[in-house]
Amino acid sequence: MTAFRNLASVLLLIIVSGCAESFYEVPLETPLQPKLDVTRFQRILIAGFVTGGTDEIDTNLETARLLRSQLRTSSKLEVIDAEVIELRDIAEQQADFVAPRPSSDSPPEEVAAEDEGDEATESEDTMLSEKDLEAYEHIFSDASYWRQLGEEFQGSLILTGTIHFSPHNVASMVNREREVYDSFGRRRVVPLRAYQDRTGYVLSPRFIFIDGSTGATLYTERHREEILYDRQQNPPALSSYFELMDRLMPSFLATLSTESIRSTRILLR
Amino acid sequence: MTVRPLLICSLLALSTASVTYADVRSDAKAQVSFGIAVAEKGLWREALYRWERAAEIDPSYAAVWNNLGVAYEQHGLFDKAREAYEKAIDLEPNNLNIMQNYDLFREINDRIQESR
Repeated sequence: MTAFRNLASVLLLIIVSGCAESFYEVPLETPLQPKLDVTRFQRILIAGFVTGGTDEIDTNLETARLLRSQLRTSSKLEVIDAEVIELRDIAEQQADFVAPRPSSDSPPEEVAAEDEGDEATESEDTMLSEKDLEAYEHIFSDASYWRQLGEEFQGSLILTGTIHFSPHNVASMVNREREVYDSFGRRRVVPLRAYQDRTGYVLSPRFIFIDGSTGATLYTERHREEILYDRQQNPPALSSYFELMDRLMPSFLATLSTESIRSTRILLR
Repeated sequence: MTVRPLLICSLLALSTASVTYADVRSDAKAQVSFGIAVAEKGLWREALYRWERAAEIDPSYAAVWNNLGVAYEQHGLFDKAREAYEKAIDLEPNNLNIMQNYDLFREINDRIQESR
């Protein structure tokens, strides 16, 4: 019986060791192909943008500066250092330009501001809404304009588009935590839903990639990001702008350059 | 006393029946082991070749399909990676290592689809 037991345990050991799964953790780098094939381009020109919304910052200049510096470090394309074009002015000078009508869907805050005086009214007049920007879109389909610009920069890839950056106010229910003390003086934190006024910014860029040798649009992508703060915080426009651009930057860069995601996987034997 | 001959006979029958299967599995295992060794050195193309060979030899070997899923991911071949992982899960539905790889793959794949 002892011999039988020994034989059985040896067999069991063989079976268990045979079935035991060995695993090896390996680092993995998953490549992400760019959304746009830019292999035939050596250079990129960030021409300028038609901008709307707040005039607290120069959205055209800031966007061109930021994208240039990001592309210099993340893309193989040579970034051309040229003067940023005031595309809004150029679009307005074109023969087929129809000035946008004042939009009737202004938020109540803006309407109230208009009533406050002439200065405020002037400022509101220069602020273009997202809808107003549509009146300038004809410039992006003007192939001869872009081809001419492309010739100046040896048929490089041209980046342009529209950027709308505007203040945003929201009053809504938010979740908060509140400290409460019971009759024995014990502290508890309870969730509380409260109505709160919040203020912030909305950034809606539309990036248009144009082939400088033909003037044709190659690729277009839209983004929309918003950020809200407590009304008391009063955040500066420029820092909100950079925070919002930071959020959409990975997706923007993925259009032009190969990226990789690092993680780990388990190999089995 | 009659138990011992019966046990020996059944073990003998079991072992002869599984000789072919064991041969196939050990051939596949050799390819898998080599693939792991080269993958750990970063030679993913060679690893992929070895695991594809192993899958041809023994298509019922779940570990092979799991490793193929990883190698396809490394090459950016996401459709093939999904197929390989799903095959591995079909073969071993309760293998937590395979499930973990598949979950991580899906998370990345979803992120890619979202950004497109």
